[in-house]
Amino acid sequence: MARMRTPLRFLMAVLAFCVTAALTVPATAQQKQPESVNPQAQSVKEQQLLQELQKIQGRTSLPDSRSSVLEQPAGRDWRQFHQVTLRWIGAIAILGMLSVLVLFYLIRGMVKIEAGRSGRTLVRFNAFERFVHWMTASCFIVLALSGANITFGKELLTPLIGPEAFAGWSQWAKYAHNYLSFPFTLGVVLMFLMWVAWNIPSGVDARWIREGGGIVGENHPPARRFNAGQKAIYWVVVLGGGAAAITGYLLMFPFYVTDVTGMQTAQMVHGIVGMLFIAIMLAHIYIGTIGMQGAFEAMGTGEVDVNWARQHHSLWLEKEAEKGHVKGSSVAPAE
Amino acid sequence: MARMKFLCDADRCIECNACVTACKNEHDVPWGINRRRVVTINDGKPGERSVSMACMHCTDAPCAAVCPVNCFYTTADGVVLHSKDLCIGCGYCFYACPFGAPQYPRVGNFGSRGKMDKCTYCAGGPEADITAVEYGSRENGQFIGYGSNRLAEGKLPLCAEMCSTKSLLAGDGEIIAQIYKERVVQRGYTSGAWGWKTAYRETIAS
Ligand code: SF4
Ligand code: SF4
Repeated sequence: MARMRTPLRFLMAVLAFCVTAALTVPATAQQKQPESVNPQAQSVKEQQLLQELQKIQGRTSLPDSRSSVLEQPAGRDWRQFHQVTLRWIGAIAILGMLSVLVLFYLIRGMVKIEAGRSGRTLVRFNAFERFVHWMTASCFIVLALSGANITFGKELLTPLIGPEAFAGWSQWAKYAHNYLSFPFTLGVVLMFLMWVAWNIPSGVDARWIREGGGIVGENHPPARRFNAGQKAIYWVVVLGGGAAAITGYLLMFPFYVTDVTGMQTAQMVHGIVGMLFIAIMLAHIYIGTIGMQGAFEAMGTGEVDVNWARQHHSLWLEKEAEKGHVKGSSVAPAE
Repeated sequence: MARMKFLCDADRCIECNACVTACKNEHDVPWGINRRRVVTINDGKPGERSVSMACMHCTDAPCAAVCPVNCFYTTADGVVLHSKDLCIGCGYCFYACPFGAPQYPRVGNFGSRGKMDKCTYCAGGPEADITAVEYGSRENGQFIGYGSNRLAEGKLPLCAEMCSTKSLLAGDGEIIAQIYKERVVQRGYTSGAWGWKTAYRETIAS
């Protein structure tokens, strides 16, 4: 038995060696694999995506591609803008302008035609110009009120008329805002084309600004058809109206051009431009009515008094007189 | 009262879209509106994750803050609902919502978007609970009404109830957060409770 055991032992040793060797090879290979599989290792993580990107976007099997935006925390920032920033901008601009105008009126009063009315007139704006002005102006008033309603209405009007009536009014205000934007935009385009030739800044404007124009200063620096102040109003209307129109149409036709991020930006521009526009138009309305004698007629009847023209637009008057456009006298009124 | 929330465990979602279908069916939501949707991030790449998303019924909801006619209200359960009678379809809630929840039956029709619609957490609207008026009609492509009110019937939102992998959880925010936390501890990983930080300013086990 003892003799038999030795070769058996040997055989077993050989076998053991082979088995160990066979086992060792895959064992070393296995050590390169992770201990356990972590399916998370490569996965997208929300916090990481939010840090890297403005919004998280993916793919949906819905045909509506807009639904593929999963998360856009920027909505919170836009809320802050709409609820806080824009209200401050609007309140400061509009109330600020109103108080400046009231103060100014108390100090300066109406700017009179110094030489009194001459009785002779000349045409300042023809019928078409006045039509375009008033079309745009009346649209603007509705747009301004219905626009400001979106920002301030729920705080100012709801307590007065109740939520149902306020929602009903806001619904109509929204329709008016949307549909009147078309004649308003047309008006801005027409005004741009109609008056651009007279609104290019020139050297005359520099002096006019230095002397504070005819409304702030006491002198009446010469001006052509439009003085520097009016040119400023013109460009505010053309550029501001243009910006308001473009951003407004982006919001009115959602997703045609831009996505939600673009619409937030468009609304921000629209809101700021709108508020400043209202404030500046208040000043324009002031000068055109109670701020200056003889000014309203320009857009009312279209004809202004020669003495008003001499005071505020001397260079324009000279030109018009040369052309024989002054009614009621053959004498050239230029001094 | 419980504060109701949604939680989508993206590590479980298999993008079967059953929640989307169930919601559409339950509330008879018309074409073009999906109150719930499944978005796949990094689709087709290693590590892709799918997230089922609807209105999260945010704490201090941005939609409610910006609505110019104040048509939103938050129920005692923390569900954010709105009144289609008051809504003027201005689109502002959509700009403010971090999750793209508000939708409109008519997009881009001279700004006449129609009344806004969004997930109601299966909790209907301001009308009397479980009435035909609250459910609403679906005539002429209009979408008046809010769909069924399962919450008033003592049931939870259908999307989460029938989720096959129990990825989508709905219910008391504290309970579902606890379930999720336990899952994360057990399996040892998480891609985050998507949307929680933005909607509720909370993070769980991340
Ligand atoms: S997810 Fe959007 S719609 Fe829902 S409560 Fe939050 S902001 Fe409002
Ligand atoms: S679309 Fe309706 S619910 Fe949304 S902000 Fe406008 S009025 Fe409010």
